[in-house]
Amino acid sequence: MENKLYVSPSPHIHGGDSISKNMYGVLIALVPAFLVSLYFFGLGALIVTVASVFFCALFEYLIQKFLMKKEPTLCDGSAILTGVLLAFNLPSNLPVWIIAIGALAAIGIGKMSFGGLGNNIFNPALTGRIFLLISFPAQMTTWPVAGQLTSYTDATTGATVLSLMNEGALDKLPSLSDMLVGNMGGSLGEVSALALLLGLFYMLWKKIITWHIPVSIFVTVFVFTGIMHLVNPVQYACPCVHLLSGGLMLGAIFMATDYVTSPMSKSGMIVYGVGIGILTTVIRLFGSYPEGMSFAIFIMNGVTPLINSYMKPKHFGGK
Amino acid sequence: MILIAVISLGAIGAIGAVFLYAASKKFEVYEDPRIAQVQEVLPGANCGGCGYPGCGGFATACVKADTLDGLLCPVGGAPVMGKVAAILGKEAASAEPMVAVVRCNGTCAARPRTNRYDGVKSCAIASTLYGGETGCSFGCLGYGDCVAACNFDAIHVNPDTGLPEVDEDKCTSCGACVKACPKNIIELRKKGPKSRRIFVSCVNKDKGAVARKACANACIGCGKCAKECPFGAITVENNVAYIDYTKCRMCRKCVAVCPTGAIHELNFPPRKEAAPAVSAAPVKPAVAPKAEAKPEAPQTAASQVETKEETNQK
Amino acid sequence: MLRTFRIGGIHPPENKLSAGKKITALAAPKQVIIPLSQHIGAPAQAVVKKGDPVKVGTLVAKAGGFVSANIHSSVSGKVNKIDNALDASGYKRPAIYIDVEGDEWEETIDRSDALVKDCTLSSKEIVDKIAAAGIVGLGGATFPTQVKLLPPPGSKAEIIIINAVECEPYLTSDHSLMMEKGEQILVGVTLLMKAVNVNKAVIGIENNKPDAIAHLTKLATAYPGIEIMPLKVQYPQGGEKQLIDAVIRRQVKSGALPISAGAVVQNVGTAYAVYEAVQKNKPLFERVVTVTGKAVANPSNFLVRMGTPINTLIEAAGGIPENTGKIIGGGPMMGKALVSAEVPVTKGSSGVLLLTKEESVRKPMQDCIRCAKCVNACPMGLNPAFLMKFTVYKDWEKAEANYIQDCIECGSCSYTCPANRPLLDQIRLGKGKVMGIIRARKS
Repeated sequence: MENKLYVSPSPHIHGGDSISKNMYGVLIALVPAFLVSLYFFGLGALIVTVASVFFCALFEYLIQKFLMKKEPTLCDGSAILTGVLLAFNLPSNLPVWIIAIGALAAIGIGKMSFGGLGNNIFNPALTGRIFLLISFPAQMTTWPVAGQLTSYTDATTGATVLSLMNEGALDKLPSLSDMLVGNMGGSLGEVSALALLLGLFYMLWKKIITWHIPVSIFVTVFVFTGIMHLVNPVQYACPCVHLLSGGLMLGAIFMATDYVTSPMSKSGMIVYGVGIGILTTVIRLFGSYPEGMSFAIFIMNGVTPLINSYMKPKHFGGK
Repeated sequence: MILIAVISLGAIGAIGAVFLYAASKKFEVYEDPRIAQVQEVLPGANCGGCGYPGCGGFATACVKADTLDGLLCPVGGAPVMGKVAAILGKEAASAEPMVAVVRCNGTCAARPRTNRYDGVKSCAIASTLYGGETGCSFGCLGYGDCVAACNFDAIHVNPDTGLPEVDEDKCTSCGACVKACPKNIIELRKKGPKSRRIFVSCVNKDKGAVARKACANACIGCGKCAKECPFGAITVENNVAYIDYTKCRMCRKCVAVCPTGAIHELNFPPRKEAAPAVSAAPVKPAVAPKAEAKPEAPQTAASQVETKEETNQK
Repeated sequence: MLRTFRIGGIHPPENKLSAGKKITALAAPKQVIIPLSQHIGAPAQAVVKKGDPVKVGTLVAKAGGFVSANIHSSVSGKVNKIDNALDASGYKRPAIYIDVEGDEWEETIDRSDALVKDCTLSSKEIVDKIAAAGIVGLGGATFPTQVKLLPPPGSKAEIIIINAVECEPYLTSDHSLMMEKGEQILVGVTLLMKAVNVNKAVIGIENNKPDAIAHLTKLATAYPGIEIMPLKVQYPQGGEKQLIDAVIRRQVKSGALPISAGAVVQNVGTAYAVYEAVQKNKPLFERVVTVTGKAVANPSNFLVRMGTPINTLIEAAGGIPENTGKIIGGGPMMGKALVSAEVPVTKGSSGVLLLTKEESVRKPMQDCIRCAKCVNACPMGLNPAFLMKFTVYKDWEKAEANYIQDCIECGSCSYTCPANRPLLDQIRLGKGKVMGIIRARKS
């Protein structure tokens, strides 16, 4: 026969899933949150997001091309996703040069120094955000008040739900319905719980992620803060406020579920989720920082290899 | 203030020192100091070629053993074993220098492909799946498991022939490639005087016609070499010839009679053209398998003497 | 709710192109090549020599050990030679070449179509007849059937499970057999029940074959003890352990035999072969083979004599399409890619699948992103990504601690991997090594 046959081990067909499909799937899931951020923060949200995506993609390309000397894999969408997630964790009045530094930390330190996608221990977007939070605490903790559509760095800033809680000013909190929709101050992508939940359902429907991590985080935070609220309702806000405020939704749905840095077995995912929930609540209620989601996920990222080696998938036939 | 700091730090230091000293005495494990000395002279490559887990394991084995018979560091060879023997006050076992030899000459040109492999480029995986990309199911697959196994950068796949080639200067005959090759093609053979050696570069057990069809350079088991060999060093079994390197005297007569060029000679000087024919003129192989000059005429009596002398010199 | 196995599983596109096609008997070719090793276990030993005349059904090679099977001639004619022939894996293995002359069958074979329901044989006699007929598991594993029917001492079978799920995409040979030989299959199942002394049998059929379910359910009313169980479609339901889990909700422990869960699993094709062997004295020398593929002109189910070269089958289905890139013996998930279309049909050939060039080539591998899709897909509850890593780093201890030896090589992990990692390629290698270590330790 003229044509030489291909020979390979089985299986001979592939499901057609790919890394880029998953990455773009997550990006689609982020669209509602992005639209909400545009609605509330206008121009600022747009500039921050575009700048973050641009710098992340640029640094990924440059590092792969000139430092690692390999074919850049921009098309797989992971750098774009990191950019969007980083932007969603930033206040919408952050100057572009700070965003560029954050993108460099996210891609350069968080991802490429470990060898690129799949080898990083910590979530790159979180690495960038925490780097900025520690380096530029003032800029990173003043959030514009929602509704200033045409302003960018000049926007007037206000307190967020969590900073109010941290100060013990529980009576000044916005209403739960405002928090659900996102009509409050905060990082640009984290404000609307509703939009983020929409993204969660999309990802569950497309089987991009499983329910284990987000649900275990929600339940843990709800139960923990619920107990504290029952113990002392004056000092500790009700669990619904905790669930809807700050970066909890964004973190639980999009940051903690990052493939590379989360455990692989279902039991491991639940341990990981519970750990994040407990750490977040502890930092929020007893720590000096108003928000603990980033640190909680970051710490649990570090624990993931350990979880992976102890929490094995349920084995057929038992032990 | 300063005094308090100095005193307290000093006290912590003293307590720590006492504790560490007590612990080191209490939990001390006696180790023969000679093990460390032996390990010092070993190459430290941890290749496992000696059969022990790394150089430390080999050093322990050397110290524990009554004699050094059978203990050999293939990397360091005789000089290193001599040093080991000196440290331990034992007799070093003499060892012939060995070298890895790839017994396949099915080059891309000589061995046409019959299919395309699309799995993981690993000889181990391909060989558990099937016979290989060519008609010869015994030959080299060329995915370089031996290259990956080599700790000394001594074996590389030649992209032109698709076959691995051993760098004799770097090869330490640790045997890692021999173990890595799923087709058992690589063999450790005596390095030979001036690195000269002769071997059958084929392991195809198929019948002659089948083997020849799959590969122009295959050993067809015709047995001419065995008949020609004056020293009885060549046996033909399962349609493939094998040269016993302990018996071979490097006369090169077998190389001359091999109809397919499956017998290779390495590092010999070119033969003299006008030599008296000892045997019938050999059939020229369909495809020249080697880079070395391979004149038509068989060797001269002079070169035979020469090689014999070399063998005797050892 | 329909039952299925409880861990992992995937849903590859079914592509049952040849479903509903009648089984067509192919005439014997000019020459057949009958390999001596068509089953798991020791190769059979030839009992004929060059020049011997043989008839259809003549014993040409007898079992070469306890785990081995007899082999019979599929044609009448003369033994041309006993020589090495290319097998499916590109190695040359001994085979009997028979030149075909006429079509004369052994007199003992009952060639009529009449259904023979009654059987007065004892269980031992049935097993002996099955062994004599050289029947092996026809689902593809080709494990000698008589060995499976003799449970090891101390274990007792409670139920016969008939594997009629045909979970491999494309293949329809079992489906067509059920539609055309339903009654015979049920008699075969009854014989199997008698052979292992149980009074209950379940035929598991995936829900994508409603016609077969309806057909057999109707027929089964006349056969006491046989239940037809529709199962939710999920690959790899045809795996022995998965099928037992799906049907009787028991999970066979790691390293244990299915009999430890009280189940004996047989393929539906095997049940039909048992019927023919016991009631019609017909040894196993032909089987139903699906020839299919998206580019194949006429995907069909053929009744083929063993030893027929596969290209004869492909010719009958419309020839090899122009851009064929891969010919697979079996289904796309677990089948074997063939090096040549000249290899013969053997007892384990359930199908011939032709993939186009575009379908054949694997995509380039990327780094693992630990998405855990392979973990979710693995029907044995393993972590394929880690097992691959352990194999690459040759960490056999960790591989064993993570149950690499339990891998059933279904390919679900490689199928789902978004990074196109060849998980199963590596795991299969590691499994082989670890199994070798375990065997060495035991002995």
